[in-house]
Amino acid sequence: MKKLLVYLRDYKKETVLAPLFKMLEASFELFVPLVMAAIVDVGIKQEDTPYILRMGLVLVALGLVGLATSVTAQYFAAKAAVGFAAKLKHALFAHIQGMSYAETDRTGISTLITRLTSDVNQVQSGVNLVLRLFLRSPFIVFGAMIMAFTIDVKSALIFVVTIPALSIVVFGIMLISIPLYKKVQAALDKVLGITRENLSGVRVIRAFHQETKEQERFSGYNDALTKIQMFVGRISALMNPVTYIIVNAAVIALIYTGALQVDTGRLTQGEVIAIVNYMSQILVELIKLANLIITVTKAFACAKRIEAVFEAPTGVHIYTEKELGGEALAEKDAPAVVFEHVSLRYPAAGADALTDIHFTANRGETIGIIGGTGSGKSSLVQLIPRFYEVTGGRVLVNGQDVRTYQTEELKDRIGIVPQKAVLFSGSIRDNIRFGKQDATDAEIEEALMVAQAKSFVDEKEGRLDFVVAQGGKNLSGGQKQRLTIARAVVKKPDILILDDSASALDYATDAALRKAIRELDGRTTTFIVSQRTASVLHADKIIVLDDGEMVGIGRHEELLASCPVYKEIYDSQSTGRKESEAV
Amino acid sequence: MKRTTIKQVLSYVKKHAFFLVASLFFAAVSVVLTLYVPILTGDAIDLIIEPGKVDFAGIGAILVKIAACIGITAVAQWVMNVCNNRITYDVVRDIRKDAFKKIEILPLKYIDGHSHGEVVSRVIADVDQFADGLLMGFTQLFTGVITILGTLFFMLTIHLGITLVVVVITPVSLFVASFIAKRTYTMFQLQSKTRGEQTALIDEMIGNQKVVQAFGREKEVLTQFDEINERLRACSLRAIFFSSLTNPCTRFVNSLVYAGVGISGAVLAIANGISVGQLSCFLSYANQYTKPFNEISGVVTELQNALACAARIFDLINETPQIPDAEDAKRLVADGNVSLSHVEFSYVPERPLIRDFNLKVAPGQRVAIVGPTGCGKTTVINLLMRFYDVDSGSIQVSGEDIRDVTRGSLRTSFGMVLQETWLRAGTIRDNIAMGKPEATIEEIIAAAKAAHAHSFIKRLKDGYDTVIGEDGGSLSQGQKQLLCIARVMLDLPPMLILDEATSSIDTRTEIRIQKAFAAMMEGRTSFIVAHRLSTIMEADVILVMKDGNIIEQGNHQTLLQQGGFYTTLYNSQF
Repeated sequence: MKKLLVYLRDYKKETVLAPLFKMLEASFELFVPLVMAAIVDVGIKQEDTPYILRMGLVLVALGLVGLATSVTAQYFAAKAAVGFAAKLKHALFAHIQGMSYAETDRTGISTLITRLTSDVNQVQSGVNLVLRLFLRSPFIVFGAMIMAFTIDVKSALIFVVTIPALSIVVFGIMLISIPLYKKVQAALDKVLGITRENLSGVRVIRAFHQETKEQERFSGYNDALTKIQMFVGRISALMNPVTYIIVNAAVIALIYTGALQVDTGRLTQGEVIAIVNYMSQILVELIKLANLIITVTKAFACAKRIEAVFEAPTGVHIYTEKELGGEALAEKDAPAVVFEHVSLRYPAAGADALTDIHFTANRGETIGIIGGTGSGKSSLVQLIPRFYEVTGGRVLVNGQDVRTYQTEELKDRIGIVPQKAVLFSGSIRDNIRFGKQDATDAEIEEALMVAQAKSFVDEKEGRLDFVVAQGGKNLSGGQKQRLTIARAVVKKPDILILDDSASALDYATDAALRKAIRELDGRTTTFIVSQRTASVLHADKIIVLDDGEMVGIGRHEELLASCPVYKEIYDSQSTGRKESEAV
Repeated sequence: MKRTTIKQVLSYVKKHAFFLVASLFFAAVSVVLTLYVPILTGDAIDLIIEPGKVDFAGIGAILVKIAACIGITAVAQWVMNVCNNRITYDVVRDIRKDAFKKIEILPLKYIDGHSHGEVVSRVIADVDQFADGLLMGFTQLFTGVITILGTLFFMLTIHLGITLVVVVITPVSLFVASFIAKRTYTMFQLQSKTRGEQTALIDEMIGNQKVVQAFGREKEVLTQFDEINERLRACSLRAIFFSSLTNPCTRFVNSLVYAGVGISGAVLAIANGISVGQLSCFLSYANQYTKPFNEISGVVTELQNALACAARIFDLINETPQIPDAEDAKRLVADGNVSLSHVEFSYVPERPLIRDFNLKVAPGQRVAIVGPTGCGKTTVINLLMRFYDVDSGSIQVSGEDIRDVTRGSLRTSFGMVLQETWLRAGTIRDNIAMGKPEATIEEIIAAAKAAHAHSFIKRLKDGYDTVIGEDGGSLSQGQKQLLCIARVMLDLPPMLILDEATSSIDTRTEIRIQKAFAAMMEGRTSFIVAHRLSTIMEADVILVMKDGNIIEQGNHQTLLQQGGFYTTLYNSQF
């Protein structure tokens, strides 16, 4: 929580004033029973009607002042809380954006999103409530006790006993029930899990005719949830009756001691009424406090989760050549991409994802990268834009170590088409411009042509103005992939990386795409990652990866002769071809 | 609409009539006694007049009464709470159960057409919110109303005039509260709309952070975010501040009531209209009477909210289910004969897909479905499994129209392995035994061996008892597919529906899957969504699909001779 408080810095005034005004309000409230006592003891005893009216006006005035102070307090509290949340969200969003691929992988996207949304909201209501009520409630509880002391010490001692007793009950019940609420949450998670499972797996479940069994399973989880809910409910249902007993027992004691004191002339009747009133005020506040504490505990838990995100490091260090001790190659004739004995180990991974990768990609060449799942194909290409940091060796782009580039400078040269086809809500034009902000329609059309996307875009209503729904839901997988390719091509990058990004395309489209890319400006170096030999067949160099190691590099024919892994992959995918040749 | 929702809620509550009556009874007891205590306290105070004039015997007797009242009240309160809990949680359980039951029999059309997140949120979040509202409604609305009536009664027994003071001023707070609520409603709407906008942006941009970073668009995105953030801040501030005025305002009205009672009571006391004890009793009533009024506006919004949630759940529960199996529906005994005659089908009436489709498949034949990406190959699966019903024409299995047999028997006659592998959170063993929970471990291992999955399962930490997370968790795509095959292997039905994976599977695993598929298909009628040439060439019938239609039909040789779309496809792909 502490670290997040900096975002309250711009609201210092509000943060101080809100509770201050709340306390003012509370103190005015504490005067009420005293005024009432005066009415009884002076007004009624001396039959002084004007005095009663005056005191009545005092009561109204106290109410008015209370209203004014508390409205002021609410305003300051709301302003501080909302402003705090806005600043926090901005900082958090910016921070998350700055997190490296490795960090994002470690934390997980979905938790990051929950933290930015519901966690921040919880903290916001926490701050708001704390500013408004956290000081008020204890202030009233102890204030009432102190007021009682000013009236009569002996009666006040009853407060001294009652308040701890009440606190024990309130906090005790809370301490018992909070962990139980966690259990409720866990039980609810199970119910949620099976519901989601039954939706996503509806075909399989119905195929196996498991509907009835699933209902039984659901009932099991559902009943368990109900049972624990009722158990917790029974315990927290104790809160009100028990506090009621304690406070009223105290009232009985107060009346009894009050009677004794009045009998000896040390107290008046009105003062007894005042003391009883103070006791009831405490009861009201305690109930509020109990509700408050639940919200605050939740807010604290959320604040911790947010802090954890802030602790994750962001950004990358831009090195100088000196720091790295390497030497840049001259820009002019330097090859587009060079891997020098590169190895990569992901944080917290037991083994290297890539070991001793060494190759050169010249300008205008097409490099195919092939290998099984988990062989490190994606890892390899993701090192070129420095999405991950090498753990050994170095990667040179245009003769310069990628770690010495300014981030934008490097990214400007590279167009990447990720494995997962991601589009954003907005028009097709907006989506392509994501790659190049000032792209003209002509450039966009050209990119669509290369990406084999023109034909289906032509069929869309509004063509470039066709609105892509969130997540690209209104497009097929292949259409999405082609648009992501266009988005990268429109940059006219020096280096184009297709990370298994034609998987949803049929062979015909894939082939046409590869042909169009080959015909791009001759200086573009293209990396094609694929599982299919057909996609890399015509590459200038094919890199064969197996378990993070380069087991072959060369042209198709060379590899067929020299690389058994490549041959195995090729054979397994082209059995059909041979058979058809045989026909 | 609201009325039908309430009716439906009541139909759930009705089952718990006993607890409802008990709850009402104990609520009444506790409220009446709570209200009686101030009278006793007032009586006691009246016995404490001034030095020497204190009636200890009287006070003692009253205090004993007070203690008794407190005891009974506390017990009644607790019992009432427990009853309310019971009603609420039981009702909620029943509603969830019904909702889930409906999910199991909803037509696939509904499930495919709705976001799963939304359906889940109805079953979880909406039901939860409804429960909160219901519980609060029961506890607070009951006791609130009884408190108001009770205090009114007790106040009237003491003094009519002061009662009028209380009765006249208090509703002002209600008025103020509803005034504020009305004014802030639009502010809250704006807030939740803006918040939704922000969440959507976060979801999109953080969710696809890697792409944003790859294109170096962080700054633009942050600007976009800040714009929404600032709007949200401004409208949140308004909504939160103005709504938080309710409390101070109603409190102020209460203090007016208090002052009114104080003044009029004191003046009356001078005239000996009431005693000082009665005045103190009145003061405490004034507080108790106003409290439910302050809470009522909150309770009403909460209840409205609860009703809105209930309406959303009931929407789901009342959704038309799939046409149930006919009562005289037979159990299908499949022999592998499948025929489709004059089948017409479309997902949406405006876009006809399959028209006059005919096909006869003899037992043991293989049917390959081929076509470019997104041509609707899965439609055929949807129809064969009767996930969707044909619009006209008929599909017959073993000579029976599939609409005349039970869905269960039809579907279990097909073994299905989809490209989109689906596994449940649970052990490997449970997953394989899904269609046959009584299977022994020996049978399970045999199935896994047949599916070439045994070797990798064996190497997992807990072997067959390894718990995998939701949707397969840490398993690779290929391993997941092998498990799905093992699941079908365990109890091989006479017909198969297979969906070959296009990518994401390494070669070695793919060879294993091929072998497993081949073993499965031996002697079984199979429908295969095919990508591999070898599979296609071995098929007895090839269905060529394009844009949702079946445009060509035949075997490899005849299709090639036709020189149609299949030939183009073949030449470009292989």
